[in-house]
Amino acid sequence: MTYRDRPEAIAALVQDDRVHRDLYLSEELFALEQERFFARTWLYVGHASQVPNAGDFWSLELAGRPVMMVRQADGAVRVFYNRCAHKGSRLVSDECGNTGKFFRCPYHAWTYKLDGAPLAIPLKSGYEGTRLKECASGQGLTELKHTAVYRDFVFVRLADEGPGFEEFFGEVLGAIDNMVDRSPEGRLTVGGGVLRNIIHCNWKMYLENINDTVHPMSTHESATQAADALWQGRAPDAPKPMAMEQILPFGSGYDFFDKMGGRVFANGHSVLGVNFSIHSNYAQLPDYEQAMRDAHGAERAIEILQRSPQNSVFFPSLSVKGSPQAIRVIRPLAANRTLIEAWSFRAAGAPELLFERAMGYNRLVFSPMSVVAHDDVHLFESMQQGLRAEGNEWVSLHRNFDPSELQQSTITTNGTNELLMRNQFRAWAKYMAAAA
Amino acid sequence: MTTPEDFVAAEAALLDAGRFDDWLALFTEDGHYWVPLQGAAQADPFSHNSIAYEDRLLLALRIERLKNPRAHSQHPASHCQHVLQRSRVERDDDGSGEVLLHTPFIYVESRGEQQHLLAGSYRHLLARTASGWAIRQKRVDLLNAGQALPAIQLFI
Repeated sequence: MTYRDRPEAIAALVQDDRVHRDLYLSEELFALEQERFFARTWLYVGHASQVPNAGDFWSLELAGRPVMMVRQADGAVRVFYNRCAHKGSRLVSDECGNTGKFFRCPYHAWTYKLDGAPLAIPLKSGYEGTRLKECASGQGLTELKHTAVYRDFVFVRLADEGPGFEEFFGEVLGAIDNMVDRSPEGRLTVGGGVLRNIIHCNWKMYLENINDTVHPMSTHESATQAADALWQGRAPDAPKPMAMEQILPFGSGYDFFDKMGGRVFANGHSVLGVNFSIHSNYAQLPDYEQAMRDAHGAERAIEILQRSPQNSVFFPSLSVKGSPQAIRVIRPLAANRTLIEAWSFRAAGAPELLFERAMGYNRLVFSPMSVVAHDDVHLFESMQQGLRAEGNEWVSLHRNFDPSELQQSTITTNGTNELLMRNQFRAWAKYMAAAA
Repeated sequence: MTTPEDFVAAEAALLDAGRFDDWLALFTEDGHYWVPLQGAAQADPFSHNSIAYEDRLLLALRIERLKNPRAHSQHPASHCQHVLQRSRVERDDDGSGEVLLHTPFIYVESRGEQQHLLAGSYRHLLARTASGWAIRQKRVDLLNAGQALPAIQLFI
């Protein structure tokens, strides 16, 4: 074991301006991440609209643990481990559905109320005089006690130790507010299904790339050149099909991405595109803007609509866009395997076109058939291979490093500063340290 | 005029041969290529998202990109093999001149050391034109459309 009992060895992997390749390659570090890092940070579980009615469940794997989000009879959303208290069978094996008024294990018919309390066990008399009631097996489903529902976005912290929800996310929660406030009724629902990709790379590569403004010009050159060539000769003000409106800005230059600006917060979170972004120039929708003014007042409506950052990262599991209304969920599966989900949202009271933008963007950019993503995925998988080379064990994050950044938590900076990535790794080191 | 069944087989052969411009020319002006996210269960491309829903403009973009030497994901290049079952005519409408065919398939895409296998069935909506059959819609219903998929780089 290189790292388990050597906190100083883990700390040495994250230097001020570079990180060691073991962060991406080491199976041992991945096991420690599952045990420590993903347990002590707050992870996105799902959106409350995935379980609209009492008895609805949504099951998933979270840092290697089977969990399920359950809508209660009183309307609350609670999260439990998807494990029968008896012998460990999962209670539900469908991804989603409605369980009715109680869960019933298919193996020996132990039943549980929606709130996890034990309901009935066959051959009850056989347990008289035993210690069942005193141990966990007799006390029903294990709830994830540290659950937070923020404007219908459901998060959990698996471990008992760790920061509180508001303390952990702080100001970046404003990105969820912006997304939800774009609904004149203040309510979002998931819609149109979820696009899922398996990528053979470490999860950090994907998360770093969400903040990487310097790759589009070279990585996405083939897609943007093809789009430019097809669009060439049209008048600059010719109405663009939605797909063109969404793909052409990927060809913007370094200057554009630098000036869009970025901001980092404590614990790895960030907002990229604090000034503007590739999403800023979608066609205006006068009726929708009127509905927004009616709902929020003119000043607040402008404030909400003018803010359309490229990506807001809720480190380490979620990336949010306000416009289009789309999120990506990062689910690490192994040191070299990551599941990426892209979800689209419908904003109550907003025109259907906003929902079409969300679905269209996800399809164009985050589908397994996306011509934009193909080159990203290829390069992530290529790094996973290339890092095995000898001679240089380090990944450079030097761009715009300034020692004074080590003394501050919230910093606003230029859009091409690799601070947005360095900040993620500093949080990684913090939550990977051995338990106090 | 070739039979619709032979047209479907020839269409797949063009893809296997990498003749993408010739393949695109098979589509009508309003033609679409559609891979629903819910597979055969999906009603339409609007109420639910799709893995791909592309008109001629987006198909042309995909094909132009593949020709670019800086299409990084094509180093090494992808190759595909379509294995089709016999097509069955589901609808033959003399009035509209359209015919709908159902064709179960296995699709293999290989690139470098990787090879991926997909299964499902096509629904080709073909239009009778002066120069022969043309594709109004090629619908690709994958067996595992909703599951996590690796990058699919060519045309299923």
